[in-house]
Amino acid sequence: MTTQTVLLDPTAELQPVERQLLPRLTQLAGATIGLLDISKPRGKEFLDELEQQLLKMGAKVKRYAKPTFARVAPTELSQQISVECDAVIEALAD
Amino acid sequence: MAQTIPTSFTLILKKDCPTCALIEPIIGQLAASCAGNLSVYVQDDPAFPTSYPGRIDDTSLEFSYRNQIEIVPTLIRQTQDSAGESRIVGWDKSLWQEFTGVADLGAELIDFKPGCGSLTQDPGMEELLALKFGEAQFSAREVQVAATADIMEACYERGWTDGLPVVPPTALRVMKMLSGSKREAAEIIGRVPPDNVECSIEKLAINAVMAGCKPEYFPTVIAAVEAALQDRFCMHGLLCTTYFSTPVMIVNGPVSRQIGMNSGVNALGQGNRANATIGRALQLIIRNVGGGIPGGIDRATMGNPGKYSFCFSEDESHDDWNSLAMDRGFSRDESVVSLFAGDGLQPILDQQSRTPESLARSMALSLSTMVHAKLYGMADAILVVSPEHRRVLRAGGWSKEDLRRALYGELVAPGSELVRGAQDIAEGMPLSWKDKTLNKFREDGLHIVTTGGKAGLFSAIISGWVAAGERGSQIVSQKIP
Repeated sequence: MTTQTVLLDPTAELQPVERQLLPRLTQLAGATIGLLDISKPRGKEFLDELEQQLLKMGAKVKRYAKPTFARVAPTELSQQISVECDAVIEALAD
Repeated sequence: MAQTIPTSFTLILKKDCPTCALIEPIIGQLAASCAGNLSVYVQDDPAFPTSYPGRIDDTSLEFSYRNQIEIVPTLIRQTQDSAGESRIVGWDKSLWQEFTGVADLGAELIDFKPGCGSLTQDPGMEELLALKFGEAQFSAREVQVAATADIMEACYERGWTDGLPVVPPTALRVMKMLSGSKREAAEIIGRVPPDNVECSIEKLAINAVMAGCKPEYFPTVIAAVEAALQDRFCMHGLLCTTYFSTPVMIVNGPVSRQIGMNSGVNALGQGNRANATIGRALQLIIRNVGGGIPGGIDRATMGNPGKYSFCFSEDESHDDWNSLAMDRGFSRDESVVSLFAGDGLQPILDQQSRTPESLARSMALSLSTMVHAKLYGMADAILVVSPEHRRVLRAGGWSKEDLRRALYGELVAPGSELVRGAQDIAEGMPLSWKDKTLNKFREDGLHIVTTGGKAGLFSAIISGWVAAGERGSQIVSQKIP
């Protein structure tokens, strides 16, 4: 097992060293929000409720589902969501 | 009477060295002569020399590094008197006998055999040992990458790249890069736009590593950044503009040849490490230190492929034809980097002109269309003259100044043909200029360089940013030490 590698930061160090979140949406009205069901039981009910709430706030909603919760989403699905949506909510259940 | 303190000896050996093997039989004799005050360090094989059980393992090379051992064997003598420490290297029988005071030391050995290089002198070892044992301190933040992560991907994920892979900036690589220059790592060379943050030589080295530079390129990279930070270059505006332009780097003088830059076949193209990585280093510094990210502060409508790297050197093979650096006031034996705010390449094909007069008119016609055929005085340009076109000019007895003068003479047009609406084209110069004669280039706005392969009656135009002169960017030059 190799040990971790240390790199020297090439930036002006204005940002924290941890990778940063992408910019958040400033408003929901008019935005397209993807709801990604990870395919665990009862996820659908939870996402149905989220969808209703989002629609009330003026967002558009698109629904997606992972084939199985045990694996990461297929690349094609990630790409589809990134093209079609402004943001995505990945929802669990249980 | 002062107490006599025994003299002590330290011997540094390497088994792989034939001279060390030669003197192995005398180690016992030497130890006996100084009452056992002999320390023997061995760099490569802790079992050597077998005849001296008190040997000390220095395979880590810490002792050798700290004591600056360059040659094996080295014998260090430590006395408490004013002589202090002194040392001899290799094997010289009479010298060793005098140095140790043992008159018959190694009497049976040959008189002389030079030593070998210490392992501390192996290529790359100095930086490795300096990192391990030395005082090397980096002020840059450390970024930990998990052992399971792909280190190249980690660089991408942090936004450090221009889209192409970068060399991961490990401390060892950065230290080697810093060794290419005499500048102190902590030295601040200025504030890098657009964020205007202070930038140290160390940060430049980190980005030069990522760009793929060799340490010998580093002084040129530093000079290029210093040039970019000159106020007259207007790096901030150049980075922000919606226009195509970016720094175009031209390297003149001995350094360009010493580091193997390409000023021949495909000089403006791919394939030469120095050309490619020095230009790229400047771009990465603007991106990573300055925060100039495309789509962020960099608002280029299209940009141009030169924003990865646009760097070349000039063909300086003819003493009667001045280089760009000489035009800028430097001498031929000075190494200089110049930056021009420019963009794409527009070819000038002329395979028929055999006189300077015809070729100059041909070049001028192409230059007149630059940016827009009806826009005059907006942008500077670099005219890149190929060696074959230069041959036509020189054969006709022309100097570079003759060419420049002829071009300026050709590149004038009546305002009536250029103003807005003229030629049924809305774009053009302000109407109030219709009675003036306009120059395509402002004074000092047309630069001429020579580069490229020996075959091809093609020259080229590197068109400049449309904010030329004091209202925008002017060509800048910086001497490379």
